[in-house]
Amino acid sequence: MTSTMDTGTTSSELLSVVASRELAGKRTVFAGIGLPTLAASLAHLTVAPDLEIVYESGVCGAHPSQLPETIADAVLITGAEAVLSMPALFGNVLQGGHIDVGFLGAAQIDRWGNLNSSVIGDWADPAVRLPGPGGAMEVMANSGEVFVVMRRHDPRSFVDKLDFCTSPGPDRALADGIRPLGAGVTRVITDLGILARPGVGEPLRLVAVHPGVTAGQVRAATGWPLEVDGDLVTIEPPAEAELRRLREEVDPGRVYLR
Amino acid sequence: MPPGTVKPVTDKTTTMAEAIAAFVHDGATVALEGFTHLIPTAAGHEIIRQGRRDLTVVRMTADIVVDQMLAGGCVRKLVSSFVGNSSAGSLGELRRRIERADPEPLEFEEYSHYGMIGRYLAGAQRLPFYPVRSYAGSDLPSVNPGLRKVTSPYDDGEQIYVVPPVNPDVTIVHAQRADRSGNTQVWGLTGIQAEAVYAAKKAVVVVEEIVDDDVIRRDPNRTLIPSHAVDAVVACPRGAHPSFAQGYYDRDNAFYRGWSAISADPARLREWLGEWVFGTRDHAEYVAKLGERYWSGLAVDDALSLPVNYGRRRENAR
Repeated sequence: MTSTMDTGTTSSELLSVVASRELAGKRTVFAGIGLPTLAASLAHLTVAPDLEIVYESGVCGAHPSQLPETIADAVLITGAEAVLSMPALFGNVLQGGHIDVGFLGAAQIDRWGNLNSSVIGDWADPAVRLPGPGGAMEVMANSGEVFVVMRRHDPRSFVDKLDFCTSPGPDRALADGIRPLGAGVTRVITDLGILARPGVGEPLRLVAVHPGVTAGQVRAATGWPLEVDGDLVTIEPPAEAELRRLREEVDPGRVYLR
Repeated sequence: MPPGTVKPVTDKTTTMAEAIAAFVHDGATVALEGFTHLIPTAAGHEIIRQGRRDLTVVRMTADIVVDQMLAGGCVRKLVSSFVGNSSAGSLGELRRRIERADPEPLEFEEYSHYGMIGRYLAGAQRLPFYPVRSYAGSDLPSVNPGLRKVTSPYDDGEQIYVVPPVNPDVTIVHAQRADRSGNTQVWGLTGIQAEAVYAAKKAVVVVEEIVDDDVIRRDPNRTLIPSHAVDAVVACPRGAHPSFAQGYYDRDNAFYRGWSAISADPARLREWLGEWVFGTRDHAEYVAKLGERYWSGLAVDDALSLPVNYGRRRENAR
């Protein structure tokens, strides 16, 4: 457990709180398990009370009695507003354009928000075989925008060139002759700060840092020459009320709050 | 059929051993579906026991059962969109096969989830391909020749990626209940099971329980797979362990978390297969070996739906 501040906030708590704030005013979020679920659940209690969390397994409007351990946890199904088949979830809901924000993670991300979750090394003879796309490619192509949460901001993950592009952002899609529905990655939330891009044609820029982190530190941890926004801001640390809700209401069993 | 006549019912119930022997042959393409929920693990174990070889396994989320089948030496090729132990870690045997060809190479065809869904839909509906709004700009088409781009024949001339149909020799799914002829009811996550069954040449349905025909007919909307698509029905309680069956037993999260350590060590993985698959005659023995205390840890409380009213026409209705 790494304590980032004198309040004893863990990095999981920090990332969840910061990501939750980014969901203010959003209506539907496609969330995987772990930090995205924490962030979305906290946002539901704070900045986005009408937020509907949609899970890849087919669950819409979940009302779980406990924090789910997987995207298909039985507690997500019992009491849910709807449970859909895979063709309905991926076809009607996701490809139909009903998701405002999709959360994704990846082993590697580049400056355009393209993601690699397939391999480290060569695809045909990889050093590490990773789990692969799952639904990430569809979340990227069809969500209004995509937020990425990365636990560790380092040059191995923030790369100049991906080993393999699993889930392409709109820049690569357009170069392939196809215009995707969404804007691709617009926010990357890390243990050092927040990178952001307005959309197509723009690289990710550093827009915010956590207290005590310098722009130079973030640039050194990034594998491409990272531009720093002129209005670089310092992120407000998690407030006591946010932390209390996260710890006592969202994840009292500390399933993810490591 | 005139009212009042009785439709003859074909009894398709059989044992797991007979179903696997009859429908899963060496070299066949076998789809095993169930998206985290209702994973046909017991069927995978029986395939291992019977020593099938050179299978092409089609499964969206290749997880523990696939790792076990790989370790059992059953699989030559894998077609999948996610190869991991859920969010609990890695699949040791799969990674050794792909990263080091140890003990032998594994042919791998990588798709996204919706790509796999499209393949099943095209397979079920006998379409030449299925279009999806993803893949543009991805490196996947460069390593998977099944992914192609076409131009819409309509006025806008839009380009879109397509995936090819998949028509497995056999699809095996697990479900909560079916009648003897194979009318199969599923609730909770229904995944891609119906499409995978309709895409296949033959289909085996494994269920927690076989129920009277009347139980099915009192709630026909809950039937996900009609009997005409089913060739064999196998009763196999707790056959989806370590995954779950909504309303029957919960997911064995501790087993998932423990699997990464077992499969990281080839010797330990073979020992596990020896004890739990080859060392049990069938799934009933596997269940008994785990013991009732173990199963009580996975028991769930009731959360009943309210019945709906289908209505029945009055005899004297005009």
